Amino acid sequence: MTTPMVLAENVQKRFGLLEVLKGIDLQVNPGEVMVIIGPSGSGKSTFLRCINHLEKIDAGRLSVAGELVGYRQRGDKLYELKDSEVCRKRAEIGMVFQRFNLFPHMTATENIVEAPIRVKGESKATAVARANELLARVGLSDKCDAYPSQISGGQQQRVAIARALAMQPKLMLFDEPTSALDPELVGDVLDVMRGLAEDGMTMVVVTHEIGFAREVGDSLVFMDEGVIVEKGSPRDVLANPQHERTKAFLSKVL
Amino acid sequence: MQPRHSSAAGDGSGPVQLKAVPVRHPGRWIAAAVLVVLGAMLVHAIVFSRVKRGNSHETRFGWAVVAKFFLSRQIFDGLWLTIQLTVLAMAIGIVGGILLAVMRLSQNPLLSGTSWVYIWFFRGTPVLVQLLFWSNLSYLFPPPTGISIGIPFGPTFAHYSANSLVTAYVAAVIGLGFNEAAYMAEIVRAGILSVDEGQSEAAQSLGMTRWNTMRRVVLPQAMRVIIPPTGNETISMLKTSSLASVIPLTELLYSVQIIYARTYQTIPMLLVASIWYLIVTSILTFGQYYLERYFGRGSSRQLPPTPLQRFRRMLTVFHSSVPPPTPAGEVFAGLQTGGAT
Repeated sequence: MTTPMVLAENVQKRFGLLEVLKGIDLQVNPGEVMVIIGPSGSGKSTFLRCINHLEKIDAGRLSVAGELVGYRQRGDKLYELKDSEVCRKRAEIGMVFQRFNLFPHMTATENIVEAPIRVKGESKATAVARANELLARVGLSDKCDAYPSQISGGQQQRVAIARALAMQPKLMLFDEPTSALDPELVGDVLDVMRGLAEDGMTMVVVTHEIGFAREVGDSLVFMDEGVIVEKGSPRDVLANPQHERTKAFLSKVL
Repeated sequence: MQPRHSSAAGDGSGPVQLKAVPVRHPGRWIAAAVLVVLGAMLVHAIVFSRVKRGNSHETRFGWAVVAKFFLSRQIFDGLWLTIQLTVLAMAIGIVGGILLAVMRLSQNPLLSGTSWVYIWFFRGTPVLVQLLFWSNLSYLFPPPTGISIGIPFGPTFAHYSANSLVTAYVAAVIGLGFNEAAYMAEIVRAGILSVDEGQSEAAQSLGMTRWNTMRRVVLPQAMRVIIPPTGNETISMLKTSSLASVIPLTELLYSVQIIYARTYQTIPMLLVASIWYLIVTSILTFGQYYLERYFGRGSSRQLPPTPLQRFRRMLTVFHSSVPPPTPAGEVFAGLQTGGAT
């Protein structure tokens, strides 16, 4: 039995009086591609952000590769991790954002090599060499000197994926990676993600791309109002939803 | 089909230029006439008119006196001191401002509170009062003890005379600098807050520390917002440094004051100072443009041309016999052919 890559037990999160996550239980195994769908405001992005500790959870347990996120346990007591320890753990988890969040004052290559140099202390030559490989992998070898404002949204998102991969993460989180893209640019980004899945990367993908969920996903989770309504293999859930809410949602997006 | 683009040489096949009587603007002509008269009056008063002072007729503004002192040694010494004060005070202001802004935005309540109190105090009292305060520090720390360093209520390790430690020069630099830091803190804070939160989230998700995130990702982007008001502050500082004349420090203003106290030629000497202030602020304005251009990289698809590039382009436009077709002209030509067929 291998340790699960992500293990969530009764994870709860609240913003003020608003309960965003009302007890999430979830397991993502190494190499698995889990797709999370659901209406906006259902807490799927928040859950994703909890996994790399961009949000602190209020209750429950959340661990990545067997280690608690943001805390250390000694006996019965939890100790908050220091900033530097949180950073070290985050470095092992890649994240891709809906709005790309590339650094606009850096070129594509500079965006990619920044963290390997600053966080991992890699030499510039090594980092640049891998940045070139990654840019080639996402099909943007000719854009290495382009600033984000000079390339399309789809290209920016592919650079963002390359930037996350440059840290050689063991887990990739995708937060609606294609939602801000023009329809004809979505395909290129999904192709890159599909390639990544085929290479065995563990991925948690929040998306509205049902086609992608069906083809690439190993498991599908439907969330609504802070709870997991339904989960299973994408084919089963999409073709044969068990719950009314899932049916209602799928009838709108399919 | 007719060709949509008429060649600039005009071979006759292209569309005819539309002829129309443009809208008349009589108001503009009247305003121009009034301005010309007022301008002539101003030039006459400033440059040509002469008045009798004592036994001689001289220009109203005393340009001979201005010319005599404009490049004098005393003025240059004063100007140099003014520039030193501006540079040093702004250096303290910028470094202190960044520090205070980062403290203010820190999650540590002690740091943000300290920053708040600092800004409250230094922004809330006149800089002239602060300058006088620093220059009179020896009243608070009189000899023979002076300023001592040690443990409060306990032993002291070193003594300094307040007057030798805080000279007029030091008082001016720290007085102006500490005050400026309070203003710069607010400017830097606004700059930091203007950077999208997604930027620091992206940096953090890559495992970058708070410090690296601030230094490598947030601050460089904040610079775009910080630089214009900082240029403004620098220009302002150049002029505010004249307050140091009360400490007294012989910067530019005090240098001319010393001279007119002797010669009673107040206005011409103030003109000398004003012209120098204008020259230096003009140079600073120029420098600010290039700094903004540097930190604007990546924010727009193409950087705006430098004044030099603009000048060269203007020259090539004037020199080429065939004017380049403007987009507006093309649209116009298209409309014409469309209308004719």
